[in-house]
Amino acid sequence: MTQETYVVAHEDAEGHDVLDYAAAQAAKSGAKLHILHVLEWSPYSFLTPQEIEERHARRRAEMERAQEHIIDPAVKRAEAAGVSAEGEIRYGAVVETIVDRAEKIGASMIFVGRAGGNSFSARVFGSVPLGLAQAASIPTVIVP
Amino acid sequence: MKLATFFASFAALIGSALPAAAQSFDERINQIFADYTGWYVGFIFAPLPGTNFSWIALWLVVGALVFTFYFGFIQFKGFWHSIRLVKGDYSDPNDAGEVSHFQALATALSGTVGLGNIAGVAVAVSIGGPGATFWMVIAGLFGMATKFTECTLGVKYRNEYQDGTVSGGPMYYITKGFKERGLPGGPILAVLFCIFTILGALGGGNMFQANQAHAQLAGVLGDYPGWITGLAIAGVTFAVIVGGIKSIARVTEKVVPFMGVFYVIVSVIILLMNIDMIGWAFGQIFAGAFTGLGVAGGFTGALIQGFRRAAFSNEAGIGSAAIAHSAVRTKEPVTEGYVALLEPFIDTVVICTMTALVIVITGVLNFDAETGLYVWNAELGRIGTDGDVTGVQLTSAAYAQAFSWFPVLLAVAVVLFAFSTMISWSYYGLKAWTYLFGEGAAKEIVFKVIFCLFIVIGASANLGPVIDFSDAMLFSMAIVNIIALYLLMPIVRGELSSYVERLRSGQIMRYKD
Repeated sequence: MTQETYVVAHEDAEGHDVLDYAAAQAAKSGAKLHILHVLEWSPYSFLTPQEIEERHARRRAEMERAQEHIIDPAVKRAEAAGVSAEGEIRYGAVVETIVDRAEKIGASMIFVGRAGGNSFSARVFGSVPLGLAQAASIPTVIVP
Repeated sequence: MKLATFFASFAALIGSALPAAAQSFDERINQIFADYTGWYVGFIFAPLPGTNFSWIALWLVVGALVFTFYFGFIQFKGFWHSIRLVKGDYSDPNDAGEVSHFQALATALSGTVGLGNIAGVAVAVSIGGPGATFWMVIAGLFGMATKFTECTLGVKYRNEYQDGTVSGGPMYYITKGFKERGLPGGPILAVLFCIFTILGALGGGNMFQANQAHAQLAGVLGDYPGWITGLAIAGVTFAVIVGGIKSIARVTEKVVPFMGVFYVIVSVIILLMNIDMIGWAFGQIFAGAFTGLGVAGGFTGALIQGFRRAAFSNEAGIGSAAIAHSAVRTKEPVTEGYVALLEPFIDTVVICTMTALVIVITGVLNFDAETGLYVWNAELGRIGTDGDVTGVQLTSAAYAQAFSWFPVLLAVAVVLFAFSTMISWSYYGLKAWTYLFGEGAAKEIVFKVIFCLFIVIGASANLGPVIDFSDAMLFSMAIVNIIALYLLMPIVRGELSSYVERLRSGQIMRYKD
């Protein structure tokens, strides 16, 4: 049987709870982790001419920062827990992108933290875990 | 030197700019304007010998026709492909986070959609009659091919720098493209283009906007000196382009598109409210297009006004869009050409036509039912209107016929449109400036400060000299740019046929259905 993949929706450098829980589950079942960090981005937002000119450079800087401060430490932490892990950074609508990537790589489960679910904007627009609960096509674990 | 005189007078006057002295301040600015720019304006709008058709209008229209035929009516054949590109059907999901085609289009549009669509159309219709609308639409449709050509070249020959930023526009495709084809004169034409762009940025992209923004505010708040509006707008612009306060720019960039959509919706509602008049209005537009309906200048008057306003509004052939679009990250320069051809369509064929239809249908232009002709006010050189208003005030009056609250909203919209156009043109002007003088923070600040000073001048001068000067500068850009487009269009054709072939063979993939 091929090795299972769990997607970990990794929001920020502080979000260890979900990562540690997913790593523990993966260690038990022999699965590997796919740590996904999504940078909120809409191709339909409006930019000034100056921002358009600088966009490519800024994207590169954002990717580097996310890699260095979020993905690399997370991968290291998972590996320290004895699980094989890879990281990925994507741009897009967060929920949609997580679901889409999980389907593409054939993941069997998604792990997401509950953090942020109580903010005002989350109440109005819905939070990532709630969005995943509705939209995910594979089992999703919401870690408190 | 002209600029030095401007600043000397400006500095002398600003010191004594008490409200009581304001009137003479406005008048002095006007006088300086008319004295120093009149001869050039006269040259640009000189009629062809023996006619009253200006050679510059012919220049733009012939250009648009040549590109339309040369690229096999690309604006019609490629229209749906353009829409699909903007929807992101061909965008690689791995490139998410880069500037999308939609964003490039929206930003370029926020530079063009503005006062030309509101004030310019009112001027065109009141001088050229309803028939001007017809020629405006025709010029808009052909202008799509011009935009396609210039924006493809803009992307193909842009400069990409180590830090990931890009600079592009006619000055770059003129120098690089000419060199590639072994043509002489590239560097000189590029410099000439940059000089015109800087002056156009200060004129049409700045003073005309400030002037009309003030006219609209004065219309709502009551008359007050223009320099007050000028200083206020200059202050905010300064904060954005010099102070780098992006939040203001971002708010404007978000509000402007919604204003644009709202403007179209309100227009459609007014047209629906007058649905029984639509047939009559179209009749007036078609009849006026070929006979002039008694408007002085007749058929050619309508034609010239229509063409002039279309060019001023959608900027096809001017070269400004090539600067805006060149910053987009795309592997295929032609895709940006496809996207850009939608600009004249949205700007002129949709938005300008809405304004014109509302002005015609609401009957703010005085019409003599007995003769079936418009009442010509020979003294003002345009069709008579209640209160003899033109420009923004005429559009405002037309919309107020249906919604009494509209002038207030229009005042807000005009100021925001003017502001977003100024932000865009400060960027175009800056790109030309750095091309001439080199990049560097100090050099950039000099241009930005000059730009802000011109806002004050523009808001203070009266409409006549400002609108003429700004038109003249923009059209001067078009002289240089269209020469370059003729010489470089075979390169665009090569790009286009290669792209179309790969599209057919499936080498260029669709990521979405």
